[in-house]
Amino acid sequence: MAFDFTQETVKAWRRENGRVGVRNHVLILPVDDISNAACEAVANNVKGTMAIPHAYGRLQFGEDLDLHFRTLIGTGANPNVAAVVVIGIEPDWTKIIVDGIAKTGKPVEGFWIEQNGDFETIRRASWKAKEYVHWASELQKEDCPLTDLWISTKCGESDTTTGLSSCPAVGNMYDKLLPHGLYGVFGETSEITGAEHICVKRAATPEIGAKFMKTWQAYQDEVIEPFKTSDLSESQPTAGNILGGLTTIEEKALGNLEKIGRTSTYIDVLGPAEEPAKGRGLYYMDTSSAAAECVTLMGAAGYVIHTFPTGQGNVIGNPIVPVVKISGNPRTLRTMSEHIDVDVTGVLKREMTIDQAGDALIEMIKRTANGRMTAAEALGHREFSMTKLYRSA
Amino acid sequence: MIANAHPQLLVHDKADNVGVVVVEGLTAGTDMLCVCTEDNSDFRLTAKADIPIGHKVALKDLKAGDTVIKYGEDIGKMVGPAETGGHVHTHNLKTKRW
Repeated sequence: MAFDFTQETVKAWRRENGRVGVRNHVLILPVDDISNAACEAVANNVKGTMAIPHAYGRLQFGEDLDLHFRTLIGTGANPNVAAVVVIGIEPDWTKIIVDGIAKTGKPVEGFWIEQNGDFETIRRASWKAKEYVHWASELQKEDCPLTDLWISTKCGESDTTTGLSSCPAVGNMYDKLLPHGLYGVFGETSEITGAEHICVKRAATPEIGAKFMKTWQAYQDEVIEPFKTSDLSESQPTAGNILGGLTTIEEKALGNLEKIGRTSTYIDVLGPAEEPAKGRGLYYMDTSSAAAECVTLMGAAGYVIHTFPTGQGNVIGNPIVPVVKISGNPRTLRTMSEHIDVDVTGVLKREMTIDQAGDALIEMIKRTANGRMTAAEALGHREFSMTKLYRSA
Repeated sequence: MIANAHPQLLVHDKADNVGVVVVEGLTAGTDMLCVCTEDNSDFRLTAKADIPIGHKVALKDLKAGDTVIKYGEDIGKMVGPAETGGHVHTHNLKTKRW
C-alpha cells in the first residue's frame, strides 16, 4: 500500500496569509544596487537580520522592470521571511516594493536615502530591524502538513549520473508528494531544448502544452537566434557537463526531465518569478538554466525548499530558500561531500533503488523543514541573482 | 537488486546503443558487468579503452551517420566510428541540431 503522505507533518511557521515557511528570516532588502551599502550596514548593526545585495534596480523599464519588482516583492513575500526592511534610493519605487510585500500581511517598512543620507537611513532602519528581530524570534513553529510545502527543482553541473540517480530521485519525490497536494515547479527553458517534444506531452492539457511550446519557441527566436555562436556558445552542454560525460543537448535535456518523475503533468506555464495561481500541482516556469538565477526566480514565486540534483558538484545556495543537494556521483561525494545533503551513490552501485532514493530525499526535505541547515546554508552560500531581460536605459 | 556485485556500466533503456560508466578508473580490457535499469537485466561487455566515470560506451559497432539512442531517445549522430566497448563522446558524437 502506498505511504500516506497527507499524514506527515513538519514543524514550521504558518504565516499571516496561510502559507507555510521553513525559515524565519528578517530581511534587509535593497530596491537597487546603490542601496546595498545601507542594507549591509543595518544587517551589521542588528544581528539576526540578513541583507541580500544585488546588482540592479536603476533605469530599468518595461517588462525588465516588472520582473525586477516581481522578484523583489516575491522574495520579501516568501513564507521563509518573517518581516522585511526595504531600503531604496528614492521613495516611489521603495513604496512599490513595500506595498507588494504588505499584501501578505507580514510586517514590512520602507526607508529611502535621498534627502536622508546613508547615516540617517541606517539609523532609522536599524531601529525597525531590531523591533522586527525581537518580534520574529518569538514566533512559534507549529505542526504543518508536509504537502503544504512548496518545493522547487533545478539541477546543475549535470553529468550522466544525474540522469541515472539524482534527477530520478527528485522525480520519485514528486510522484509521491504531488498527488497529495504539493506545489512543485521545474523550468530551465534553454536546457529543455532537445527534449521539448517530450516536455510538451507532460502538459495537463493541449492548451497548456501549446503555452509551453510558445514560451520555448520565444526563447529560441528572441535569444538563441540573434545571439548564438555555436552550440549555445558552448553553454549547452557546459564544459563541466562534457567533463562529466554529457555530449549533446538532447542527452542533457533527457536527464534533466527525469526530475518531474513519471506520473505528474504540469498545470500551468509561469513567467519568471510568477506566483502559481491554479492551485496545487506541478508548474513549469520560464527560467534561465543558470543555477542562482533560476533558484532566485523560484524563491520569488513562493517556493520554500529547493531540491538540486548535481553530478559534477554545483555549490549554489540561496539567501532565503534552503537548497537541498542530491548527488549520485561517487567521485563528487569523494572530492566535495561538504556540499551534498543526500548521497544517492547507491543507485549506481545497484544497492539503492530510485524508490529508496526518493524516500531519502523526502526524509531530508522533512529534516530541512524541521530546521536542519543545508550544506549550502552551513557553508554560507547566499547567491541572490536577479534575471535581467535587456539593457538598462 | 544484485547483491555484492557492483556494475561498471548502466544502460537506461533496452533500445539504447550506449551505456554509462559508473565507476572511477575503468581501464581497457575490463570485463564489465552491465545492467539495464529499465528491467534490471544484465550482460557483460569488454571495455576497449580507459573510459572516465560518467562517459559513454558503445554497446554495438557504431559508424559515422548512425543515430545514438539513450533513454530510448535520439541524442544525436555519430560523426566518427566507435567499436563495441569503445568510447563515445564529443570526438565522435554530435547533436543533429547544430
